[in-house]
Order: sequence, then C-alpha cells, then structure tokens
Amino acid sequence: MKTIGEINERIQKGEAVVVTAEEIIELRKTVSPKKLAKEVDVVTTGTFGPMCSSGVFLNFGHSRRKIKMGGGKVYLNNVPAYTGIAAVDVYVGATAMPDDDPKNTKHPGEFKYGGGYVIEELAAGKEIHLEASSYGTDCYPNKSLKTKITIKDINEATLYNPRNCYQNYNVAVNLSDKTIYTYMGVLKPRMGNANYSSAGQLSPLFKDPYLQTIGFGTRIFLGGGIGYVGWWGTQYNPSVKRQANGAPVSGGATLALIGDLKQMSPKFLQGVSLTGYGTSLMVGAGIPIPILNEEILNWVSISDDELYAPVVDYSYDYPNSTGKTLGSVSYGELRSGKINFMGKEIPTGSLSSYKTAREIAGILKQWIKDGKFLLTAPVFHFPGPDSKYQFKPLKEE
Amino acid sequence: MEKKLVLHFPPILVDKPMISTLIRDYDLDFNILKAFVSPEEEGVLVIAFSGTEENLDKAVNELKSKGVTIQLIESDIRMIRDRCTDCSVCVGLCPVGALILDRETYEVIFDAKRCIACGLCIKGCPAKAMVSSI
Ligand code: SF4
Ligand code: SF4
Repeated sequence: MKTIGEINERIQKGEAVVVTAEEIIELRKTVSPKKLAKEVDVVTTGTFGPMCSSGVFLNFGHSRRKIKMGGGKVYLNNVPAYTGIAAVDVYVGATAMPDDDPKNTKHPGEFKYGGGYVIEELAAGKEIHLEASSYGTDCYPNKSLKTKITIKDINEATLYNPRNCYQNYNVAVNLSDKTIYTYMGVLKPRMGNANYSSAGQLSPLFKDPYLQTIGFGTRIFLGGGIGYVGWWGTQYNPSVKRQANGAPVSGGATLALIGDLKQMSPKFLQGVSLTGYGTSLMVGAGIPIPILNEEILNWVSISDDELYAPVVDYSYDYPNSTGKTLGSVSYGELRSGKINFMGKEIPTGSLSSYKTAREIAGILKQWIKDGKFLLTAPVFHFPGPDSKYQFKPLKEE
Repeated sequence: MEKKLVLHFPPILVDKPMISTLIRDYDLDFNILKAFVSPEEEGVLVIAFSGTEENLDKAVNELKSKGVTIQLIESDIRMIRDRCTDCSVCVGLCPVGALILDRETYEVIFDAKRCIACGLCIKGCPAKAMVSSI
C-alpha cells in the first residue's frame, strides 16, 4: 500500500502523519483500520528499562610511551573493563563491578557502583579515572598508566548492546516464605508483590510481532541519540508460542543495538543497582514502525488489554529452569496497580518506566515530524517463525 | 491526632523507661515502627504517637528537655527526584501506599506523610532514589 520511500518523501516535505503507539490505540477506537492505514505514515514506540546485556566499546588513543592494554588490566573508576582485544580498545559491560565489591557476602549486597554507572557518567561528560597495567612488549613498553578521561578526550565510544528490547517478559513473583532479591527486584514472600518489565503497548517489538519492518540496519532512537539495529539479539526466539494477535506469550525476539555514545544522554542511559543481584543499565530505545499496510496498522493498534505476560515463580521455577509458568496476566491489569492471580490480589510494580517510554515515543515522533529522522528498510530480515531458529539451554556434562 | 517521630536518645538515656512514663503522663497511644541502636550507640526509635494536640506538644517538649533529639519522620525518607526513573517497582513494595503511580502521567509520587519508614523501597529502588538518614 505504501513504501518506505514514499513515507520518507513525505517526511522530507514535512507532510508525514506521525503518531505514537498510544495515540494510534486511541484513534483506532473511532477510526476504521482501512482509513488509518492509509492516512498514518509512522507509529513511534519506546521503552526504558534495565537491560543488563549492554556495554560500550572505547578506544582511548595511545599514550606517548605506548602501553598494550589488550591482554592486560584496565579499570574505569575501579570497574574492570574487558581487554581481550587490541592495544587500546576495551569493552565496559553494564554488570561489571569493582574487584573489591563485597557482592553478596553480606546478603543482600548493595552493589553501589558498576559498569552501568561508568556508561552513564561517560555519557554525562564526567571525568573518569583510567588505570591500566600490562606486561610490556618491544612495541608497547609501558607497563602501567593512570590518568583521567572524559568522553570528549577519547576516540570512539560505541554503545553496543547484544540484547535489548525483549519482545515480552516475565512477571516475577515469589511463592516461598522469605523475601528474595532478584534481577526482577525485591520480591516479597507468598506473592506479596508482582514485578514486570515491559512498556507493553508502547514497547517496540510488541508492535511488529513478526519483525516485518525491523531488521538489520533499522535506524532507531537509542539513549537519546540516533542508533541502529546491529543484529538480532542474543537469546532470540522467533519460534515462541504466540497469541492469536501474533504477540509472543513469553520472551520472543530481541535486538542487538548499536550507536555513538557521544550523541547520547544520561537521561536515557542510567546506571542502576538491583539489591542482592548486581548493577545494570537502564537503556532508552524507540523504534519507528512504518505503516505500510493494514496488517501492520492492526499490530501497532494492539493495546495493553490484549497483550499478556507469563507469571513465573522466581523462588524455585526460574532458578531451576523448570519452564513452569503459573499463568498469564494482561499488561492492562499489570498497569492498573494490582492483579488478581491465583485467588490473591497482588500489588504490581514495573522495572521499566512507562513515563520515559512515552517520552521517547514522543521525541522520536517529533524528530520524524521535523524531518530530522528518516526511516530505513532492513538491510536484511532476521530469522522468522518458519526459520526453525531456536533458543537453546546450555548442555552440561 | 497522630505524630510520627524519629527519636534519637543519647547513650546515657538509652536505658531509661522514658516512653512508658510519657504515655502514662500524657495519655498517649503509641506504636513503635522501628527501634535500633545506631553505630554511635544512640538509641533510635521510630514511633507514632496519638493523643490530643496539646498533650502531644507537651510530650515532645518534655522529651526535648531531657536531651532527646527529635525529627519528624518526613525528613528521614526522601526521594531524590533526579535519580527516580518513575519505574514504579517501589509502588508494589510499599506497605502503606506512600509511593503512588499517577496513572495519567505515569509519574511516581512519594507521599511522605503516609510513610512509616519501613525501608523496603530503599532496598527495592534500582535507581537508589529512595534514601534515608536513619
Ligand atoms: S523504585 Fe526508585 S526509581 Fe523506581 S519509581 Fe520508585 S523511587 Fe523512582
Ligand atoms: S520507607 Fe516503607 S513506608 Fe516509606 S515509602 Fe518506603 S516502602 Fe513506603
């Protein structure tokens, strides 16, 4: 019905009709899908939640007397970086923490600082302590170095997140008799609370369940700047069971995202600590969905009341990979503040910020309306449900 | 009326049965929300008193005159607005509804007046936006 080329032409002329995922849901209540599919060009989405599989590649440039940090040790504000690459390239992951962090020796540990915070502070332009040590070679004689850097001083700072934007996610509860501390937050005993982590109707991959418009090279909002979809995400699972409307009943697809940290803002990349678990990074991402036809229009119009998340016990079933889910609840119920589940009224909390997800969808909409952001067709499409691509557990001896 | 207070007893006062005398003399009800000894060996009591306004004032004055430092509870648990991501994970944890998700704006609001200083949100907030000086 429409092509991305035609939509981009309209964007450049300032004529494109762009609405957010929340707005299309409202419009869909009174306007026919046929009419909307014709009139609306782009629907924007957004999400802002803790995404542990995130990190940044840095290139520091060479010191006068050169040092081979590669294979040595590098610390940024005491947080160790991965050095198993070239001389002055490192990768700082969101969950890295200082060697002397007490971790869970006194359970639950606080995890006051880690890689997620280093990334936030880099994005904020703050000064970071860099400490490197190595073994010395003929070409890289220096064995140790201490200095301070900011993101402006170094060459590249490339955010590369192997797994973001989970299509759907678990609702975590605790069936045991004691409080547990998980990556899904603090869970009170006997289902005292239920935590979820998805922007639901605003979340990018719920709106394009078969990834028809999102693929390698898709231009997106990432951390406040422009980024790209850099591969399918790890733990990608297109063969997941689906609801009648196409939405996966659990996890499903994921995306690897890439972008220039120098363009990004700490408002959309925030270091966080999960008590008893570790540090992470809140990542803000938003993906535009081109409304190429009525089918896509119908997908983007699916609301929280029609999207369901599986409820999983994190005291036994999750840690022991039993695969058991206790049932499912809609995002509409989750967002209402309480769910009625297994005969109990349970208060809910979200790890992902709906307010910021909404803000991101709004910013992306504005960028497109202003003609600053053009849409891209995927360079190639990721494996679909027919590909037999599967998410496998680890084989143990 | 009810008053929620944090009482800091200097070490020399810790063993005195001050509270029981106080509630008898001024006809107060009380509920101890939290009690512990700080690293400086101060006794710390988070307590809710109820009684007439006049008697509550008198009781507070008497505690002060005996060397007890008093803080209103609202000043102890704070939300650092700049760090809060409005995720709402604290909302499901708070036992008294002092953390509220506004379902129009999806902003999380801290209502200090309802807070009983249980500390759950401090552990539960990933952004470490809920802090306490206790
Ligand atoms: S858990 Fe922390 S960051 Fe999330 S809404 Fe509550 S105070 Fe804000
Ligand atoms: S300290 Fe306890 S009562 Fe106060 S806001 Fe936090 S969770 Fe609620």
